[in-house]
Amino acid sequence: MRPVVVAGAGKTSFGAFAGRDLRSLAVEAATKCLADAQCLPSQVEAFFLGNFAGPSFVGQNHLAPYISGALGITGAPSTRFEAACASSGAAFFQAVQCVGAGIYDAVLVCGVEKMTSQTTARVAEILAGAGDLAGEVKAGATFPALFAMIARRHMHLYGTTREQMAAVAVKNHANGARNPQAHLRKIITMEQALAGKPVSDPLTVYDCSLISDGAASVLVVAAEKAAEFGGIPVRVLGIAQTSDYVALDQKADITSLEAVRSSAQQAYRMARLTAADIEFAEVHDCFTIAEILAMEELGFVEKGGGGPYVFSGETALGGSRPVNTSGGLQSKGHPVGATGVAQICDIVQQIRGDAGDRQVKRNRIGLAQNLGGSGATSVVSILGAM
Amino acid sequence: MKGTVYTETVVWSPPEAFAKDVPYQLVIVTLEDGTRVTGRILGDRVSIDDRVALAEDRSGIPYFKLIL
Repeated sequence: MRPVVVAGAGKTSFGAFAGRDLRSLAVEAATKCLADAQCLPSQVEAFFLGNFAGPSFVGQNHLAPYISGALGITGAPSTRFEAACASSGAAFFQAVQCVGAGIYDAVLVCGVEKMTSQTTARVAEILAGAGDLAGEVKAGATFPALFAMIARRHMHLYGTTREQMAAVAVKNHANGARNPQAHLRKIITMEQALAGKPVSDPLTVYDCSLISDGAASVLVVAAEKAAEFGGIPVRVLGIAQTSDYVALDQKADITSLEAVRSSAQQAYRMARLTAADIEFAEVHDCFTIAEILAMEELGFVEKGGGGPYVFSGETALGGSRPVNTSGGLQSKGHPVGATGVAQICDIVQQIRGDAGDRQVKRNRIGLAQNLGGSGATSVVSILGAM
Repeated sequence: MKGTVYTETVVWSPPEAFAKDVPYQLVIVTLEDGTRVTGRILGDRVSIDDRVALAEDRSGIPYFKLIL
């Protein structure tokens, strides 16, 4: 595979935007990205959109050309990718594959979701469509319930505590409070995190990510063509996407996110790196327990060691390996189809040194981990300075 | 049909369809043949490793009860 770079990045703020529709969010992010890369719409050879449930949330189908047309991109393939909350991670993975294989020189990737026009109960129902409707969902599972059952099992096997999970929420809210583009800019204390309203035991509202509107976009370009664009390029050192069963009750061990482990291993191999080389990361903290599992599956700690690791402070902004300096899905927000590409934007921002008072000191190699459903899709990307 | 509770949660924030059931306990049960199934609990709350038996099937949803 030939070397690939991210030549431009752009994001909307994440939040609840009553006056904004899905397309305007996607167009804003993609326009910012094209401006950052100094790329004309005519230079875009393919448009890959990540979106989980636009047809359910807002009713619009045929979303990719609906958005690329508004950007002035016509005559190029324009396709939507759906992989639950890893939809735009999957779109980014395919863009890197296509550019790496020499099929295209420049692919514009965008992720978008417009969620807040629906009630919370309806959002829960739409999101549940990423689970097994004939089994777990029929029985009454929501996504918080699925991750609550993972948490219960992890607590049972490894002694993981409520305090360790709450430490993830406290850290990510502290980071997000410093992020001008975050949805919820509010510091919370350990006491508040532990006393949150119950959602699905043992998870409280502070263990859960937000329901957000937002979009993010990156331009994927062949490294040999990077000089034709204007943004500061960032190398894609390694990337992999793998899959697992959709239904939780099909998995041998629900405390293991096997797809995260296998995609991480493949990405490390491609990058010729190990977990020890990763200086900072954006991980898929859809629930606090998911960040604890990610620490284990990415190889940052041994299996079962995720709880003590997140509690130790090593993953805080000033720690040895900062995780979710953006605020993560809990504070930055989680417009599900936008999340995978938003993580890439956050890594690019850190590598370029543009993260302001959230800037990490060791910023040359960053990892993004994007999860779909309760673990059936995983995309792991490793980016590095040129 | 009997089995062991593999994991469980009590749901407080349900999808619209189950609003009337809240709070309800959801479980994954490991059946005696080793397969797993997701269902609900009737009656007393259960914990991981508790023994349960199928109490009834309500439109395809298995409801289990604690074996005392």
